[in-house]
Amino acid sequence: MYGVIIAFKDYNPSLGINGSPWAGFKYFEKFFNSYQFEVTLKNTIVISLYSFATFPIPIIFALVVNQLRQNWYRRFFQTVTYMPHFISMVVLVGLMMILLSPSNGLIGNIYRLFGAEAPNLMGSASLFSSLYVWSEVWQQTGWNSIIYLAALSAVNPSLYEAAKVDGASKWQMVKMIDIPMLIPTTVTLLILRIGGLLGVGFEKVFLMQNNLNLSGSEVISTYVYKIGLLSAQYSFSSAINLFNTVINLVLLITFNQISKKYSENSIW
Amino acid sequence: MANTATMQRQTSRSRVSLGEYILYGWSLLILLITLYPLYFIVIASFSDPYAVGNGQVWLWPKGFTLEGYKELLNQSKIWIGYRNTIAYTIVGTCIGLFVNLSAAYALSRKDLFGRKILTLFFIFTMFFNGGLIPTFLTIRDFGLYDTFLVMVLPFAVGVFDIIVARTFFANSIPADLWEAAQVDGCGNLRYYFGIVLPLSKAIISVLALWIAVGHWNSYFSALIYIKSPDLYPLQLVLRNILITNQMQSDMGTGEAAQIALRLANMLRYSVIIVATVPIMCVYPFVQKYFNQGVMIGAVKS
Repeated sequence: MYGVIIAFKDYNPSLGINGSPWAGFKYFEKFFNSYQFEVTLKNTIVISLYSFATFPIPIIFALVVNQLRQNWYRRFFQTVTYMPHFISMVVLVGLMMILLSPSNGLIGNIYRLFGAEAPNLMGSASLFSSLYVWSEVWQQTGWNSIIYLAALSAVNPSLYEAAKVDGASKWQMVKMIDIPMLIPTTVTLLILRIGGLLGVGFEKVFLMQNNLNLSGSEVISTYVYKIGLLSAQYSFSSAINLFNTVINLVLLITFNQISKKYSENSIW
Repeated sequence: MANTATMQRQTSRSRVSLGEYILYGWSLLILLITLYPLYFIVIASFSDPYAVGNGQVWLWPKGFTLEGYKELLNQSKIWIGYRNTIAYTIVGTCIGLFVNLSAAYALSRKDLFGRKILTLFFIFTMFFNGGLIPTFLTIRDFGLYDTFLVMVLPFAVGVFDIIVARTFFANSIPADLWEAAQVDGCGNLRYYFGIVLPLSKAIISVLALWIAVGHWNSYFSALIYIKSPDLYPLQLVLRNILITNQMQSDMGTGEAAQIALRLANMLRYSVIIVATVPIMCVYPFVQKYFNQGVMIGAVKS
């Protein structure tokens, strides 16, 4: 972690980290002034917020699954929906490329069935964020709902009994019993999620990236990789990286404070 | 209990409401959306690639063939990757379990000096790290670049795992047990290995699954820190086959290329199956402990 200081230095491999001359904020300025700054920051923010907006999906999913009554069916349903979680990023992106390929993929076939020309979805810059986010929803919703289902299973059954005696409808029981039960878990996960808000994962974006969709898919982490490891501008790359990390940390601390103030939930 | 359960089932069966229909219709739709892409890969891997390309493969294999799997056997790269991944997963999971469980146990003990500060140190690294380049330089200066160890050692600590395990230890191992063991002359190490760990099967299996899946599926550290193809894990080999299409660019033109293209197409399906099925098969074995472990760890942390 000490190596972070190379972001403020003119790193020269022969001089080592400590021997390299100080550069101050030179590399930060270089990044802010470069034309890539706007593109990468915009893409990072768009993908992050888009992905963040899907945060309630596992919660809704858990609330609905919780309504399934037949035990065997429910277990089967959960096992099936957990499965995609175990697929690796590489396979997931490979799967997307196969299914969405305009020439011989499933999507291509569906379009051809209606006599239309299939678009190249994976090569589209404007659709990149949607593909990224919804493939994630497909893969992780079942898995992410585990934690909420665990919280729901802790509801004391007598609460439902009492509600039934009082003539509460299904919807009222969900609203008055289930949802309040999920709030502490939700807030904790929400804060953690906000801490990673601008940390769009490198792994998947990098795999989904190609020359055609670059203007919609270049995010800070992939840019850091290219600048740093592929073109060996160590200090410049570290500066960009540090900028990203600091923003995340600030967001995390801010939201934790807000949460502490209003709901007494805090992660520390 | 049994009586109320049967009563509930009877009442629910007697009034199957509209809501119920919507609920089950929804769940079937979700099942379809989840399973169909996976099913498609399975049937495509057994089908003639031309039939797949023409869109004739929908519900079952067309032109049944095992060529894709036969071709798989000829690809030594895949098997090297397989071997490496198995080694990384086994060694990495053992190291990861040892490191994380020990750290978590230490942090769960109330008599640990500086417990709060130490915990904060761990959590801090979850949100702040040096970033790609400083980490890379550190790894390189340690002489770990392009070695077996880089895949299993530097990233063995998982702070999230530690927090979950710490919560488990703190909540389900009673503190009196330690006092009782001390009275009987049991030392720290023996207590940890002989009493605490055997009582923690649930959390151990959860962490083992997490860490093993992580190792099996990771390609990032290999992409950054591994150079020689002999050390490539399966996922990196897969990336070359599935995504960067190295197979196809290696080929020339003409009839030989047509055959090679056909094989490359088939290979894409079969390789997905072979790479994914083993790790999916692990889950049912630990499922029993899983719900229990996640609940204890997650709800309270």
